[in-house]
Amino acid sequence: MDLLGFTIIVVKVLVVFAATMLGVLVMIYAERRVSAFMQDRVGPNRVGPKGVLQPIADGIKFLMKEDLVPERADKPIFILAPAILLIPALMTFAVIPFGSPINLFGREIALQVADVNVGILYVLALTSISVYGIVLAGWSSNNKYSLLGGLRSSAQLISYELAMGLAVVSIILLAGSLRLNDIITDQQSSFLSWNIFRQPLAFLIFLIAVYAETNRLPFDLSEAEQELVGGYHTEYSSMKFAMFFMAEYANMITAAALTVTLFFGGWDVPLLDEGSLGLFGALLSVLSFILKVAFFLFLFIWVRWTFPRFRYDQLMRLGWKVMLPLALFNIFLTGGYLTIKALG
Amino acid sequence: MATIIKSYEPTFWDKLYLPALMRGLIVTFRHFFRRNVTIQYPDQKHIPPEGYRGLHRLNKFPEGRIKCVACEMCSAACPADCIHIIPGPSPWDGGKERYPVRFDIDLLRCIFCGFCEMACPEEAIELTEIYDFSDYTRDDLVIDKEGLLEVYDLTKDQNYYTKNNLSKASSVDTPIDT
Repeated sequence: MDLLGFTIIVVKVLVVFAATMLGVLVMIYAERRVSAFMQDRVGPNRVGPKGVLQPIADGIKFLMKEDLVPERADKPIFILAPAILLIPALMTFAVIPFGSPINLFGREIALQVADVNVGILYVLALTSISVYGIVLAGWSSNNKYSLLGGLRSSAQLISYELAMGLAVVSIILLAGSLRLNDIITDQQSSFLSWNIFRQPLAFLIFLIAVYAETNRLPFDLSEAEQELVGGYHTEYSSMKFAMFFMAEYANMITAAALTVTLFFGGWDVPLLDEGSLGLFGALLSVLSFILKVAFFLFLFIWVRWTFPRFRYDQLMRLGWKVMLPLALFNIFLTGGYLTIKALG
Repeated sequence: MATIIKSYEPTFWDKLYLPALMRGLIVTFRHFFRRNVTIQYPDQKHIPPEGYRGLHRLNKFPEGRIKCVACEMCSAACPADCIHIIPGPSPWDGGKERYPVRFDIDLLRCIFCGFCEMACPEEAIELTEIYDFSDYTRDDLVIDKEGLLEVYDLTKDQNYYTKNNLSKASSVDTPIDT
């Protein structure tokens, strides 16, 4: 690989990493402000104009806090667990295309860190790793509440990963490829070819599963602070706790980006051919991607402050007895449609 | 009376839950744009209504003489036993009248019931609208006669928390916009 190509990759990695971390900061602020507004409160408004520097103040506070490791905790795993959660959360974004390709320095640059031909599998694999972080955190804390949180998380993930995977299968059937770029191209022909219109049922299943996957309300049983103190992160303090927090928000950003990629045409701007507009078109596509992701992030917060938590048995029932059959039914429908189309 | 509760058979749409979820989302979305109800306390202060029972004051006659005659009706009426009066002959009129030499109220004991106000035959003791008088020690929260008379000066003309008085009483930052 030549120097320029290498530089471009490094720049892309840095940009994506910085953007994700910035997104995490914005999300921490947004979560607190939006929740406050939804409850007719004000929220943090003292640090900086309208309180926008609050996440930085929070970060400094976390750094200053005492880093506590319980005496009888399994130390190596206890220290490793937050990293196991955070790193996959940040890695997942690598395969998600965030804009149409641009022409710079006489070559075409894809706005995506890595164009993996099994992109969607890579995403599913990495998001599943993050549950190990939660389970190990719960196990190593040597605390019954943490352990319960970890167990719940793993059971929840198994039940929802299936439905989510099957919902994605119907998308893959339509696109005929596991590459995220192909899935976007497949949705580009017109506004109505976005998968949300072609696969509304799959979208619904995927959206619900994504909430369970990111451990967000109404599926945040693994931390359920009313029952489990803090769930898997009960014993964590200081930067380790902050890492759990960052991982949660990074996961949300990735999940929102994935939802957009799979069902809302990714960076596709409706009714516009980005390629014909050159650099401006690429910028427009990035903007469109960011706006779509922002909407889903808002939806995450919106849902969290609207719905109560599921009871554990309800969660399991919904996962196994509703979502899974629906997802299978949807694959059946999609498969049938494609077969009929192929037969002419 | 017994109420008859009709059992309700959920319809297909009820079982789907999605319309109900949408309605919930709409409720929170409406609240998102509603004016918030928070009072940004040190910057903005809640103005209590007429009749609020806060910090006590001892009233004075227009010429500045204390109204209290140290009859100790208030301390007798006090259910919390927080009013302590030491009476003495008045410095005016050649000592023919009673007047309080000391008049201490233990604000930590006081339950702000307003019985002292009702018991007082001279309308000398009254409760004001002042509610933020926290302090660092227990001793500082026993208010004496001079303090009570000062409260009268602060509250006799207008509500303590209206703008005019606030600038006098404490330094107030400009209110932060939300």
